[in-house]
Amino acid sequence: MIELQHIRRDFLVGDQTVHALDDINLCIDRAEYVSIMGPSGSGKSTLLNLVGLLDRATSGQYLLDGDDVTTLSDVQQAQTRNRRIGFVFQAFHLVPRLTAAENVELPLVLAAVPVDQRKARVAAALQTLNLTDRAHHKPDQLSGGQRQRIAIARATITEPAVLLADEPTGNLDHKSGGDVIDTLEALNRRGITLIVVTHDAELGARAHRRVLMRDGRVEADTPA
Amino acid sequence: MNGRDVSSFAWGALRGYPTRTLLMLLAMAIGVAAVVVLTSLGEGARRYVTDQFSSLGTNLLIVLPGRSETAGANPTTMMGETPRDLTLDDALALRRSYSVRRIAPLNVGSADIRWRGRQREVTVIGTNAQMLAIRHWKLSQGKFLPATDMDLATPVCVIGGLIRRELFGATRAVGEWLRIGDRRFRVIGVMRSEGRSIGVDVQETVMIPVASAQQLFNTPSLFRILVEAKSRESIPSVKQFIVDTLQERHQGERDVTVITQDAVLATFDRIFSALTYAVGGIAAISLMVAGILIMNVMLVAVSQRTAEIGLLKALGAAPRQIVTLIMAEALLLSALGAGSGLLLGEGASALIRYAFPVLPAHAPLWAALSAVLVALSTGLLFSLLPARRAARLDPVLALARR
Ligand SMILES: Nc1ncnc2c1ncn2[C@@H]1O[C@H](COP(=O)(O)OP(=O)(O)O)[C@@H](O)[C@H]1O
Ligand SMILES: [Mg+2]
Repeated sequence: MIELQHIRRDFLVGDQTVHALDDINLCIDRAEYVSIMGPSGSGKSTLLNLVGLLDRATSGQYLLDGDDVTTLSDVQQAQTRNRRIGFVFQAFHLVPRLTAAENVELPLVLAAVPVDQRKARVAAALQTLNLTDRAHHKPDQLSGGQRQRIAIARATITEPAVLLADEPTGNLDHKSGGDVIDTLEALNRRGITLIVVTHDAELGARAHRRVLMRDGRVEADTPA
Repeated sequence: MNGRDVSSFAWGALRGYPTRTLLMLLAMAIGVAAVVVLTSLGEGARRYVTDQFSSLGTNLLIVLPGRSETAGANPTTMMGETPRDLTLDDALALRRSYSVRRIAPLNVGSADIRWRGRQREVTVIGTNAQMLAIRHWKLSQGKFLPATDMDLATPVCVIGGLIRRELFGATRAVGEWLRIGDRRFRVIGVMRSEGRSIGVDVQETVMIPVASAQQLFNTPSLFRILVEAKSRESIPSVKQFIVDTLQERHQGERDVTVITQDAVLATFDRIFSALTYAVGGIAAISLMVAGILIMNVMLVAVSQRTAEIGLLKALGAAPRQIVTLIMAEALLLSALGAGSGLLLGEGASALIRYAFPVLPAHAPLWAALSAVLVALSTGLLFSLLPARRAARLDPVLALARR
């Protein structure tokens, strides 16, 4: 469902061109569980941002469910991000003044889903993650693991086909990191396509398919 | 996003940064309050002056002897002749117009008055019964001059409140005989204090029938004739009627001057209105300053909340939604600021009215409305730049920044 063909992403730093992604060719099927690993600066985040439509390739083609999304307008890209892609960040990125439930609700608010439907869906999502009792807490009243699971609930509230996680456990201790990965894997078992960037070899090894990157290229692509 | 979502998000953002929000509200509120207070002062001054003038009488025309216009050669004045006097018959002739409601002749002079050995000099006004209504005077005791024929010299008088106090003290003045010059008049009424600052102060005058005054001062002429027109619209035609009638009666000489009070009033009205507009405009500049402040603060807010905006984009907010959110925040800020400024300004105006009761300091509606309008539009206008900057933020960079 995700098809990257000859993807390049160049950054101009001063008068030097950095090839963050250098001819990436990658196909990821529906409901796959892929980990992306590699040394720092190898282009993992750049790749994920591209797949998540937060960034545009310098050249190459990106097909999502067969649609060419490289040529979409800003508004269409925003809509695609909202409906078809979920994003989980290392730094959680919860809005501090909103409660957990309100944070989870945000994508539905942006998509103009009616209020009653919104509330029901948020409640159900929090229920699934055992976070119902935290619904009205502000992010600073939650532990790191809880915050990341709220962020996961938010990323999946619009029921996207793809969930992208960039070092989701990077800011967490081992125990809560494990909880977060369990949550992500549970979602994958129910059919979501999961792509996790990590530099933790142990976590990376849990994925069914492991992509190893170096200097903007795919160095190894090992199915489980 | 629907309107409610936008406003509740904006409201949440404002509450999330209370200090910033309060400071902005203060700046906006002071700007709006300044417009309200300053224009209410200007309007108060205007109303004070026009009230003072209208207290002289409504739809009033004043006829005085002599021609004051400099335009056109007037043989009588050129020859150094004094103009023809106004007489009681002139006054009577002016009654003939349907558009004239009331006529009061006026004679003024000073005389000594005496009662039981107490004596003082006062201004004596000779007039008729209609003067009371024309000048909106009020009595505190007794009656005003009787409505008899104007050429009847009835020996009665109406005295000012101050004279009653000074001359009669605790004694009841009405019914007493007062000596004015070498004649005796029965006191039939006492004027009520009006506290006027323009025109004759009735507190220190004695009023007698105009015919009596003519005998007292030994003159057949009148000082003025006051004419009250039926309506404001009829003033020009009444003025023409007076000029024509008196010209005919004075053998074709146009030797009177007719002053309409409205002309004087309109001039003052214009001056004070211009003043109000001017101070309102100056105060509106402070609103603009508040608008620029809003822009600065919104710019800071955008950079403060870079990650949040990046996140909204990652969650699927279109650029227009970001613009809407930021502008809604600024609009809400200026609306709240304008609202509290309106309250503040009206409160201050009420305080001014309380402290200075003579000054009817009410902000005109146009001033309050345009203050609010200017506040809202500066808020919107000056948030445009920050909003567009936010909408153009690169989400990857925005989210990468800690
Ligand atoms: N916005 C940017 N501007 C310039 N260079 C960038 C930018 N983003 C990433 N890079 C460069 O691209 C390369 C890949 O970065 P990144 O994808 O963040 O690596 P990783 O996530 O694997 O650590 C690095 O050399 C980095 O310096
Ligand atoms: Mg990275």
